[in-house]
Amino acid sequence: MGDKRFTKDHEWISVEGDMGTVGISDYAQHALGDVVFVEVPDAGRAIAKGAEAAVVESVKAASEVYSPVSGTVVKGNQAIVDQPGLVNEAAEAGAWFFTVKLSDPSELTDLMDRAAYDAYLKTLE
Amino acid sequence: MSDSDTPLLTTPLDSLHRQLGGKMVPFAGYAMPVQYPAGVMAEHLHTRGDASLFDVSHMGQVEITGPDCARWLETLVPGDIQGLGLGKTRYTVFTNDQGGILDDLMVSKMADDRLFLVINAACKHADFTHMKAAIGDKVALRMIEDRALVALQGPKAAEAMARLAPDSAAMTFMTIREIVIAGIACLATRSGYTGEDGWEISVPAARAEELVRALLALPGVAPAGLGARDSLRLEAGLCLYGSDIDAATTPVEANLSWILGKRRRAEGGFPGAAIIQQQLAEGPARLRVGIQPLGRAPARAHTEITDEAGNRLGEICSGGFGPSADRPVAMGYVPRAFAVIGAKIKLVVRGKALDAEVVALPFVPHRYIKA
Repeated sequence: MGDKRFTKDHEWISVEGDMGTVGISDYAQHALGDVVFVEVPDAGRAIAKGAEAAVVESVKAASEVYSPVSGTVVKGNQAIVDQPGLVNEAAEAGAWFFTVKLSDPSELTDLMDRAAYDAYLKTLE
Repeated sequence: MSDSDTPLLTTPLDSLHRQLGGKMVPFAGYAMPVQYPAGVMAEHLHTRGDASLFDVSHMGQVEITGPDCARWLETLVPGDIQGLGLGKTRYTVFTNDQGGILDDLMVSKMADDRLFLVINAACKHADFTHMKAAIGDKVALRMIEDRALVALQGPKAAEAMARLAPDSAAMTFMTIREIVIAGIACLATRSGYTGEDGWEISVPAARAEELVRALLALPGVAPAGLGARDSLRLEAGLCLYGSDIDAATTPVEANLSWILGKRRRAEGGFPGAAIIQQQLAEGPARLRVGIQPLGRAPARAHTEITDEAGNRLGEICSGGFGPSADRPVAMGYVPRAFAVIGAKIKLVVRGKALDAEVVALPFVPHRYIKA
């Protein structure tokens, strides 16, 4: 997978060719606390950049996961649906939420690279 | 002035919370720990398995004194306060003229002419003003501002308390006693808000941190925040004022008819008595019930409840994930015809109607130490 790019809402995407893999950042899983429920999008669903694409819930609250790009969902990650706690263990690795076929790769330029995201997190402290 | 412009109040345990790594959030005008580094899930499970220490100093503590103080308090609440035994504690509510609940509270009888009340943080000033206006010329009312309140809750609470206060073993559920804990003169009730055995302890503010440090030093005792307190009370089927009960909800609708004293049901003499008596006789239009979502998706407060055909029935009042139940749990209001164990309902979560059914409360059995 390619380098990760991040949104201000704490999603990440890594892209190879026109295929992206989307998840939430380690910062996001830590802020949420113990994840108890995950909903991922069905294959074939068209999603717009910034639109709600998935749901992640902790004991206390539900949060939306927004798609960092526009495109068509290829696959949701059933592993995190079956074992939501994986999101806490491997948010930026195996606990990805869905894969997406990008319809407009130029949208990626709006996202932050790792260094820019780390700098952004510092402003939230 | 918006909330963010108002400086938050702090409890006498504020610096200890910060030392313990508490994540401080605004709650009812106070900076309170929502969780510590262990997290809500671990703190919840620790409470059910061992014992947890909660700071609830934001809550109001009130003393009512004077001859006939129980009789005067009865003009504001539907509970049997005159029949409350010395050293006993009772759960009741303040009602309004429509029978709605202004707040829920604990009342303890310290002496024939002295009652001790614990009221909700967000309501405490309104409650005090309400009492002052209604009975302030009959009894002496004092808001106790110089004491903290902490709760020690869980199956290991008794063992922990016994080490610091041997007298505590003689107490049973819903009793109160002036008791020396770790050398500090406290006022403790054997009660709580988790469904577990435990104590709520009123302690002079100046010695609150000393008491809490002594309790936290005992084996099995760890700090827990408001997040765990909320999931624990939800599993225990206990009401949160402002979510499950409010000024537009009567105790009968809230399925709290058990708090209405037998004599009080007959005699009335509290605000909204006629409406409450009518609901007792005829049954209320709606009732608070336990709701079990049948899938894994939690249904949060304000989730719409419908029948199987999609007709609106009501709303979830509290809902989330129950760490001990290990599944989503909720409470909500439904029409009386649906307030039957096993009734099939739907919960509209993010536009999808999910299967659920009405179940008995609590979700996790209470483990009180009764006489």
